[in-house]
Amino acid sequence: MTDMASLMEDRAAAKVISDNLRKPVDWDSPKIARQIKKRYAAERRFKMYGLVAIGIALLALFVLVFSIGSKGYSAFYQTYVQLEITFDPAVIDPEGTGDPDVIGRANFDGLIKQALRERFPDVTSRSEKRNLYGIVSGGASYDLRERVLENPSLIGQTRTIWLISGDDFDMLNKGYIDPTVDEGDRRLNDQEVSWYNQLVEAGAVEKQFHSRFFTSGDSREPELAGIWGAAVGSFYTLLVTLALSFPIGVLAAVYLEEFAPKNRFTQIVEVNINNLAAVPSIVFGLLGLEVYLNVMHLPRSAPVVGGLTLALMTLPTIIIASRAAIKAVPPSIRQAALGLGASPVQTVTHHVLPLAMPGILTGTIIGMAQALGETAPLLMIGMVAFIVDIPGGALDPATVLPVQIYLWADSPERAFVEKTSAAIMVLLAFLVLMNGLAVYLRKKFERKW
Amino acid sequence: MSLSFLLLAVAALCALSFYFGRQRAVALSGGRHSNLHSLPVHYGAYTAAWCGLPALFLLLIWYCFQGSVIEALIVSDLPQEIVSDSGRLSLALNSISLIADGNGQHLTVEPEIVDAGRRLANIQTIANAALVVVMLSGAVLGLSLSYRKITADMRARNNIERIARYVMIACSAIAILSTVGIVFSLLFEALHFFTKINPLEFLFGLEWSPQTAIRADQVASEGAFGAIPLFVGTLLITLIAMCVAVPIGLFSAIYMGEYASPKFRAVAKPALEILAGVPTVVYGFFAALTVAPFLRDNGAILGLDVSSESALAAGLVMGVMIIPFVSSLSDDVMSQVPKSLRDGSYGLGATKSETIRNVIFPAALPGIVGAVLLAVSRAIGETMIVVMAAGLAANMTANPLQAVTTVTVQIVTLLVGDQEFDSAKTLSAFALGLVLFLVTLGLNVFALKVVQKYREKYD
Repeated sequence: MTDMASLMEDRAAAKVISDNLRKPVDWDSPKIARQIKKRYAAERRFKMYGLVAIGIALLALFVLVFSIGSKGYSAFYQTYVQLEITFDPAVIDPEGTGDPDVIGRANFDGLIKQALRERFPDVTSRSEKRNLYGIVSGGASYDLRERVLENPSLIGQTRTIWLISGDDFDMLNKGYIDPTVDEGDRRLNDQEVSWYNQLVEAGAVEKQFHSRFFTSGDSREPELAGIWGAAVGSFYTLLVTLALSFPIGVLAAVYLEEFAPKNRFTQIVEVNINNLAAVPSIVFGLLGLEVYLNVMHLPRSAPVVGGLTLALMTLPTIIIASRAAIKAVPPSIRQAALGLGASPVQTVTHHVLPLAMPGILTGTIIGMAQALGETAPLLMIGMVAFIVDIPGGALDPATVLPVQIYLWADSPERAFVEKTSAAIMVLLAFLVLMNGLAVYLRKKFERKW
Repeated sequence: MSLSFLLLAVAALCALSFYFGRQRAVALSGGRHSNLHSLPVHYGAYTAAWCGLPALFLLLIWYCFQGSVIEALIVSDLPQEIVSDSGRLSLALNSISLIADGNGQHLTVEPEIVDAGRRLANIQTIANAALVVVMLSGAVLGLSLSYRKITADMRARNNIERIARYVMIACSAIAILSTVGIVFSLLFEALHFFTKINPLEFLFGLEWSPQTAIRADQVASEGAFGAIPLFVGTLLITLIAMCVAVPIGLFSAIYMGEYASPKFRAVAKPALEILAGVPTVVYGFFAALTVAPFLRDNGAILGLDVSSESALAAGLVMGVMIIPFVSSLSDDVMSQVPKSLRDGSYGLGATKSETIRNVIFPAALPGIVGAVLLAVSRAIGETMIVVMAAGLAANMTANPLQAVTTVTVQIVTLLVGDQEFDSAKTLSAFALGLVLFLVTLGLNVFALKVVQKYREKYD
């Protein structure tokens, strides 16, 4: 019975629909016009969502770049303080030997302190003196020593000299420390601020280009820290990475694309490459720690280990890009070579590889750029050590640019914030350069067959 | 002799043997290359390969075993009471290597250790010299043997091509080797860990505080290794990241693919790709120093108590990082939807957005799901952003304004600095790594399967 009723209902509904269909639609009716308007509005809204999404993404990029740029640009300048230094022979070279060893061991720090005490003679108490010495960086004495070693005739003279200032004074001069806030809430007390003001009034404070940032290694003192050590470490690490991953990656790609029979081994290799490309980078760090350090006992913190670890990470990128490039070489080239009597290996080395090389190089550069920005696996293998010396080879302890950024970002000193941002700018500049090169290569050698 | 110099020497020997092999072939040919089976360069390459490959192979083997052999030699001569105590042993080994490097003057240690340090320095010198001898003799032996084998009708080309093929197979096998290496190194240390801590306690325990005591009589001697708070934290941050990345990525892919003019596309697409190229440490710095304070200050204005290491900051920035990943993958997927579906929809009078919403998106859904899963796996494995912007405290909370910690953060904290490979604290990092590896691997395999299946549907 119920079946019958529902059947009747269905029939009735079907009749309504078919009646409606048979009725011609009045496209000019206000109802339809409203509907179309609504649909078009929906269309515009939808399009707007897309634009907004892209806008948000680009805004995020802009804010990122802007916040780093605005924090970091000041790191390229450093505050210097002018002081009148007396190169007292009694301190530098009491016996007048002129021996560089004697001069090198002299107490230049004392000279600077002496000059500071003379500049502010009213400072007497111990703690005040300690604050006073903070005006000039601890590294200034090395500069002074070099100056005297270069020019021994300075001994006995009195000169006004620009000395690198301590990080707190640098921050004050750059406006990062607000002297108007409550004394307890800032790193410098009122007396130190007043010294600063006196020096400024005397024209004895100046910002100079901070070349030390590009030439020195890491330091606990922000004003003495530089990125050169990390840059050299990055260079050695990338060198090892490139030397391993490029030949291995290209050979593997050639094999898989040109010679490999379709069998189980090839299949396993392909699955493995795809999975390796998606393994989190930190897992590679664990691998490096276990295999290279615990089993093979390679030196900790060395670029060689970093390079070996990063090579495994870059390998899938290079293999995938190389395979795509090799695949893009048309079969007619191979057939022509084979037809002229070249062996399969000759065909590949003489014809396919040279034609695929731009694509392979593009992929390699992109892989290297990734390796340059990689941090996490290097933390695992001990490249986070505090290293002052510039590494002299791939076996010396070193750190790399991104790890240096991580280390500085963790430092409590306010002045390291600008150093970190500046180091990021340098790192990004390298990345832009590398990616630009890749794009250029692709544009220049791109060939449509 | 340093390693780089040694490698240079081997390279020079290779070049020399190439020259010799080629010369010999030319001499044998009597001036007519047609007397030879292969071209002279093939003979040269043949001798060079036989000179260089054995030397490199020996070097590789040597470096695999040198460290452990030397350590075993040193340990075997140490007094029993040091060897039996693993903590003392690692300390002793440390000082021994310092003394051997000539940096141990300031150390105050037992005379046995000083002796051992001197012996280590000796052994290292001997080992280096032996390596040089072994490698160079391997190279010279290979050179002389292959040189002698050269005759006019030797199939040098076929020989060198066979060698090349083996080298290529070896290179491809490295992909397998590294997977095997990952699995074994994680598994080995993780099993080591599970002998100390019950795996069930690790996987389902609700408390994480890995600080084990150095001495038995210290307070807080037992660490707790329940990883659930880490998993919750990881998922929370991943969820926040996905809430940012999926809608923005998807909508920008749609706009780029369907609406944008070629000119706009040419500018906006690379600009979006830049987001993917920025190193993660930069995002971490951005999250910790710009986004987190911003959220905290604005939260305070709204009366919210936002932690300065909130999950929200890390998640938001991670989401921004993943946008290009989602957008390029879903762009790929949507452009693969056959044109006929689109044309059919337009033919029925649908607007563009109606076509996208009702035809293209459902058709591409499996692929998009795959893309999102890949993005999730990337978010789970992401390290630097959370290391710098998320906290260390293992809170079990779903509140994005509080600090949480993640699996990767804990791995980094546990392994940076001094490591003792016999404490549960260090080993737990490997157990976490194993979980991370398995989860991301599972997600990837599953996502790739989904994408592949989808592709086959329209091929």
